Amino acid sequence: MGKTLAEKILSLKSHGEAKAGDVVIADVDLAFVQDTTGPLTIRQFKESGFKVLAKSQQTVIFLDHAAPSPARQLSNDHILLRLFAEKTGCRIYDVGEGICHQLVAEQFANPGDVIIGSDSHTVTAGALGAFATGMGSSDVAVALALGKTWFRVPESFLIELNGVFPRGVYAKDLILYLIGQIGADGANYKALEFGGEALARVTMSQRLTIANMAVEAGAKVGLFPSDKITRDFLIAYGRGGNYKPLYPDAEANYERVIAVNLDQLEPMLSLPHAVDNVRPVTQVKGVKIQQAFIGTCTNGRLEDLAVAAEILKGKKRHPGTRLLIAPASRQVLIRAIEKGYIQNLLEAGATMLPPGCTACLGLHQGVLGDGEVCVSTANRNFKGRMGNPEAMIYLASPATTAASAIRGEITDPREFM
Amino acid sequence: MPDLVLKGKAIKLGDNISTDDIIPGRFAHLRSNLPELAKHVMEDAVPGFASKVKSGDFLVAGKNFGLGSSREHAPVVIKMSGVGAILAKSAARIFFRNAINQGLPVLLCDTDKIGDGDELEINLTGGTIANLTSGISLSCSKMPPIMSAILKEGGLIPYIQKHRDFKL
Repeated sequence: MGKTLAEKILSLKSHGEAKAGDVVIADVDLAFVQDTTGPLTIRQFKESGFKVLAKSQQTVIFLDHAAPSPARQLSNDHILLRLFAEKTGCRIYDVGEGICHQLVAEQFANPGDVIIGSDSHTVTAGALGAFATGMGSSDVAVALALGKTWFRVPESFLIELNGVFPRGVYAKDLILYLIGQIGADGANYKALEFGGEALARVTMSQRLTIANMAVEAGAKVGLFPSDKITRDFLIAYGRGGNYKPLYPDAEANYERVIAVNLDQLEPMLSLPHAVDNVRPVTQVKGVKIQQAFIGTCTNGRLEDLAVAAEILKGKKRHPGTRLLIAPASRQVLIRAIEKGYIQNLLEAGATMLPPGCTACLGLHQGVLGDGEVCVSTANRNFKGRMGNPEAMIYLASPATTAASAIRGEITDPREFM
Repeated sequence: MPDLVLKGKAIKLGDNISTDDIIPGRFAHLRSNLPELAKHVMEDAVPGFASKVKSGDFLVAGKNFGLGSSREHAPVVIKMSGVGAILAKSAARIFFRNAINQGLPVLLCDTDKIGDGDELEINLTGGTIANLTSGISLSCSKMPPIMSAILKEGGLIPYIQKHRDFKL
């Protein structure tokens, strides 16, 4: 019997034969926490009687969710996390460095790794062929000490991608379309594995966007094979030596196969208050918006800012619409400045936020008012997500968000191309 | 050893109760002060929930309970509110594991057979639910043995304090 990507990685890391449905104990190559889940993780680590990390250089704390901190309680949580890093020798990325998932992709994730993080969007690193999944504080606390955790080996769905993205259609539109098809719980406990001839043209930035939202269909991981694009990305980030090819076996067993012809896709949106409430932009356009937000672990990368800057260059945001831009990492911000994107965006009336999660989770830097509508490149539009249960969030690509910022209403980006 | 039995009243909820419904991200500044955080449990989904819920009540939801964030604070505040167990048609993966790790039972069953306010008797050992109001009995899907073992110890931290490692 052939193996899926999930089975291959978990077999390797559990030093045995892992088949879908088995429960295995697997080595953890990287474990991380962020600032809103880290304090509980650390308390549980201590409560368990642990003092020493299994792998201090493969344990990372990211201060990204409340960064810079908007409240003294969160500032004190940051102090707790910094002291823990100092005491245990683990790595820490402080305020302003960027979003955990972007930094994991840039600096840590390798094909075939097992990565766990106390953040649901840990799945992002599946773009690099890592079995990466979000867990709660207890699980991460134990993994920090033991260097391993238990998994039920997931059944896999094969998402077979063919064709080419049409003009104005991006990875975000694809993953929103897929979540609409699968449903918010359609892949619960499963692995989404991406394949098909189109993969050779799907960039790492796009793969990260797609893998990031696997969890919005309930999936445990969103896995891409490790190929030439993975190798080039690793070389560009100075760890080409960690490249290894990784593909599923030809005779692997999939619970379900979903074929998508990219040529047939159009710009999509998720409507309030569910990520799987998906419609084509053509059916939603004209809805008035007060805020447009481009950033997050889903769409805060250089390619995303390039698309937004191209649309907004020489134009102005609608006077009734705030335009917020948050690069996913310090490096993304520096590159975007070098490329002139930030200048374009600022001249179009954008407000720059620091690299980090910013407005996405409703803590600070862009909380919505009662009855306000936001188009966002983030991954969640749950009621209350951006700090106000009386507000409404539409999820879209950077192109759709940028076009909507200009008109002050939901707009098809193809009208600006 | 006698069977572990819980008895209480059903609080019916709908489908897709997210972790933002359970404990919104805007209260992240209270996460190191759990008693304060717990006052906001389910506040957006069920106004006044914290004052309505009684010790031993069961949350009885539809599909995909707990979707969204990995914040373990979600099952923590539900447990602190006095809820004895969660019953749902399905539960999101991370929430399910977090709840068990907190020693909060999550039972997957056909919750259409339970009405708001129904009196339930849950046999955790046998995985069965008796609806004392309607007289219907329900069976729950089984969880992997390692999860049962963790739940039996009252959560992952007590489990690890006792065993110091995972035992498959």
